[in-house]
Amino acid sequence: MNKKSTFYQKLCASPHILWSAIFIIVPLLMVAYYSFTDANGSFTMENIYRLTDYTDTFLRSLWYGIIATLICLVMAYPIAYFISQSKARAQTTMIMLVMIPMWMNFLIRTYAWMNILEDSGVINKMLSFLHLPNLHMINTPSAVILGMVYNFLPYMILPIYSVLTKLDRSLVEAAQDLGANKFNVFLKVIFPMSVSGIVSGITMVFVPSVSTFYISQKLGGGTFALIGDIIEMQFQVSNNFNFGAALSLVLMVLILICMAFMNKFSDTEDAGGGMVV
Amino acid sequence: MKNNPVVIDLKNISVSFGDNQILNNLNLYIRDKEFITLLGPSGCGKTTTLRVIAGFLEPDSGDVLFSGKKVNGVPPHKRQVNTVFQRYALFPNLNVYENIAFGLRLKKMKDSDIRDKVKEMLALVNLKGFERRAVDSLSGGQQQRVAIARALAVDPKVLLLDEPLGALDLKLRKDMQVELKNIQQRLGITFIYVTHDQEEALSMSDTVVVMDGGDIQQIGTPEDIYNEPKNAFVADFIGESNILDGTMLADFKCEFSGAQFECLDKGFATGEAVDVVVRPEDVDIVPVEKGMLTGVVTSVTFKGVHFEIIVDIGGFKWMIQTTDYEAVGNKIGLFIEPDAIHIMKKSKYSGMFGDYSSFSDEIEHLSDIVEEE
Repeated sequence: MNKKSTFYQKLCASPHILWSAIFIIVPLLMVAYYSFTDANGSFTMENIYRLTDYTDTFLRSLWYGIIATLICLVMAYPIAYFISQSKARAQTTMIMLVMIPMWMNFLIRTYAWMNILEDSGVINKMLSFLHLPNLHMINTPSAVILGMVYNFLPYMILPIYSVLTKLDRSLVEAAQDLGANKFNVFLKVIFPMSVSGIVSGITMVFVPSVSTFYISQKLGGGTFALIGDIIEMQFQVSNNFNFGAALSLVLMVLILICMAFMNKFSDTEDAGGGMVV
Repeated sequence: MKNNPVVIDLKNISVSFGDNQILNNLNLYIRDKEFITLLGPSGCGKTTTLRVIAGFLEPDSGDVLFSGKKVNGVPPHKRQVNTVFQRYALFPNLNVYENIAFGLRLKKMKDSDIRDKVKEMLALVNLKGFERRAVDSLSGGQQQRVAIARALAVDPKVLLLDEPLGALDLKLRKDMQVELKNIQQRLGITFIYVTHDQEEALSMSDTVVVMDGGDIQQIGTPEDIYNEPKNAFVADFIGESNILDGTMLADFKCEFSGAQFECLDKGFATGEAVDVVVRPEDVDIVPVEKGMLTGVVTSVTFKGVHFEIIVDIGGFKWMIQTTDYEAVGNKIGLFIEPDAIHIMKKSKYSGMFGDYSSFSDEIEHLSDIVEEE
């Protein structure tokens, strides 16, 4: 019977395995293949050497990604904590409010921020109305980071909330019982127990932040490029698939290194805080 | 024990959740070095009482006094009591050593003192050498020991134990009962123990507090509670009881099941309706012609040490525990000594318990399953 059930298990899993093979493994291999070949398909290291031209772009992308992730974390933790401490019905409402923006198209959300931040945008109009000096906000690194934070914040809130809401109340009581005040309860019980949620939150914010191109184009106005922009350019403008592939490959490796570094910090085996969506 | 000072005094404590009255004007004092057990079925308010003492729950009304000082509003971390939780509540991210050291670190004790104290505690609960183990690698019994060591490490005056053995199997539970009692006597501190297991309560406690429906039904030594139950609820909850409708004819004379008996109780009005308790082990089986009562055996269960016999006497089913086998259908006589009869005043529980007509082992077993409050 055991043998039979494993056979059926495999059968059930086979569509997923097939899907993964065709749409994940094969494309990855293709990216690697393109990275090490030229337009004629012969082996070359040229693409890899050329990457050094974009070192500062890589560094800028990573840096902005790190800043956006940190801001998300600092903002999301108190929000997630507050929601998890609320009454059950209030929790559902607040989680809905966190998720509703995610139902709106990503492009529209970013366009909306353009309208708000522009020199003749909503904020500056209000400032003029109040006879205050206008601010130049659009096309700055801050605007890009704002866009990242706004778009990816829910991905930080949800996994942290999910861990906090599952936290065993009796652990908090045990800590209080042993003499811990509110601050110590947080420091010694709640925070350590929520590390797995933080790690998955960071992963889910950092990865899209580092590789975004749309946010930097719309809110950065092309004054500086992120690595996502360069990659997009290779495919859309320069038609240099090989170099685009090489850029993607290196970006992927960089992200992997960052994640490995992160997981070392958390040193818990179950890094999956779990998304609620 | 009787002269020890009162360490905890609960005065007129009431607690309700919404429309649900959990504790109803409860009064209870606890003496130093006492092993006191709050005993009752699930939902009787015993855990709530414990939470009020620990400070996790503020009573709607009433005062909590520690050594005569009012502690209402004092948060749990400032109270000199510690709790062993129902499901241990060990910190999963910390190892055994750090779990036990948790309270000591908060007290800012020196590292070397902490090391000594943890060692001492691990020896106390028989877990020497377990310092570096992860808590989730321990068995239930071992986790329970760590939880006890963790609570005792901070030298509480009073230890609160919330059904601490509920999740353990029978054999382990028995061992831990003995061990807990030993620990309590060795350390000389007060234990307030919550359980729904009457046997556990009887075998460990100095004082048993029987609770039901948010009220204390009886407070007394285990012997008092068993031999002199105050009402039908207590008589039924503690051990097995045949509870009959009776009448007091005079002092030391009562009537039930259509016969008159001598008893040791007095002070009731003549002709007062009462509840009569006869424990199954106090009934002797005699030949029909010598019996004070006669009846027909309707079921026999072998229990190892004794047989459990259900006898139909005038439509009321008695339980009798005897070492003599009687076959189903046998007509037997019953003989009851005066000291086997216990008379109780009528209460709201009269008529609810003490008849074994619907008795079955299966139901009895089901009611023993740990329920959560």
